[in-house]
Amino acid sequence: MLKDYFPILVMLVMAVGFGVTMIFLSSIAGRKRPTATKESPYECGSIPVGTARIRFDVKFYLVAILFILFDLEVVFLWPWAVLFIERLGLFGLVEVAIFVGILLVGFVYAWRKGALEWQ
Amino acid sequence: MEYLIMTIKAVVVFAVVAGSMPFIVWAERKVMADAQARIGPNRVGPYGILQSFADALKLMFKEDVTPRQVDKPIYFLAPVLAMIPALTAFAVVPYGSPEVTVYGVPIFYVTDPKQVGVLWVFAVTTLSVYGVVLAGWASNNKWSLLGALRSAAQMISYEVALGLAILGVVLGSGSLSLIDIVEKQAVPRAFGIPGIWLFAQPVAFLLFFTASLAETNRTPFDLPEAESELVAGFHTEYSSFKFAMFFMAEYINVLTVSAVVATLFLGGWLGPGVGQFPLLGVVYFALKTAALIYLIMWLRATLPRFRYDQLMRFAWKVLLPLGLANVFITALWVGLRGGT
Repeated sequence: MLKDYFPILVMLVMAVGFGVTMIFLSSIAGRKRPTATKESPYECGSIPVGTARIRFDVKFYLVAILFILFDLEVVFLWPWAVLFIERLGLFGLVEVAIFVGILLVGFVYAWRKGALEWQ
Repeated sequence: MEYLIMTIKAVVVFAVVAGSMPFIVWAERKVMADAQARIGPNRVGPYGILQSFADALKLMFKEDVTPRQVDKPIYFLAPVLAMIPALTAFAVVPYGSPEVTVYGVPIFYVTDPKQVGVLWVFAVTTLSVYGVVLAGWASNNKWSLLGALRSAAQMISYEVALGLAILGVVLGSGSLSLIDIVEKQAVPRAFGIPGIWLFAQPVAFLLFFTASLAETNRTPFDLPEAESELVAGFHTEYSSFKFAMFFMAEYINVLTVSAVVATLFLGGWLGPGVGQFPLLGVVYFALKTAALIYLIMWLRATLPRFRYDQLMRFAWKVLLPLGLANVFITALWVGLRGGT
């Protein structure tokens, strides 16, 4: 029922309001004396070289792709888990075993290929 | 009337959650001090209990340095985005028996969307990764970017283990509603095992607790901040109250995670005498949550930080297979016995 979500909306509004108010208050309360050095990127006192948008390891993409794969798997398992006792029984277990089995083949492949290794 | 009571409940819970944050910070500083044979804060108020309020006030009046190179809209948005999920996850956590009502409206939980429940907690805590990543990216600083990347990879890796751990409990409870899950824990299980899921699902408990430590960036998984290698990680460029917001988000996350673990695995408001005195339920819930918060602080005082490759290996090669195995063993057990 939609009514169940009303308090969540109230809390969301309060959370946003709280965050925005606090940042606004501190922006008027704090003093402001900007200098060129103060406003430069923090790099432990040395003058920054080049851009901060550096190229990073492709591994991070790999992790993201694996995450999408397995998190979706988990999301598909949730409704199954809810209905398992009442409705699905052995049939449901076998079906899910096949579903997870296919994904596990991919998991083993990624593992063997070294996608889970970090040097 | 109904909407009025629902609003009051939401406001009160919000105030308690946000208001307990300074005390959790104070408690952590005291616990850490004890662990390191120091005294800890003891100047502001009795036993230094007002120290966090003084700190908050100080941060409020500090200069808000906005570095030149930042991506302004996102830079301002990120701390708010970090706070919101931490504060709203609490909406579905029951803190007392649902039988207590005022004008026919149960008052000991904010809301209970039956079909969503745990999924809401799961979904909303996932969103906290946005705060971290956007902060790191918008700062346009090398330390921040590295911290944010690490953090994103860490949080999404442990997310999978978190989801699998909850599955064990959901399988046994047959419901996503946190109230149903708590009520399922009232009855003892086979072979006289107590009803709470801590005993019937110990693997799921360990998985969930470990993964949620990683999700909230607490020691031993505090690599996103890693002050000894990355200055302050994703919030290097944040000062004044914007820094305080990340700080608050972390501590409210600790509270939320403890409350959720207490609900899912320790039986929430259940305890002796709750039938006669429903108010006791709130006390039990608070005590269980407090014990878990203490455990998290204790771990911080005890454990060293993981190395990054160990961290990722642990998530994918240990937690994920363990989680899948737990789900299937639980399913077999539940399926063969026709119940828990």
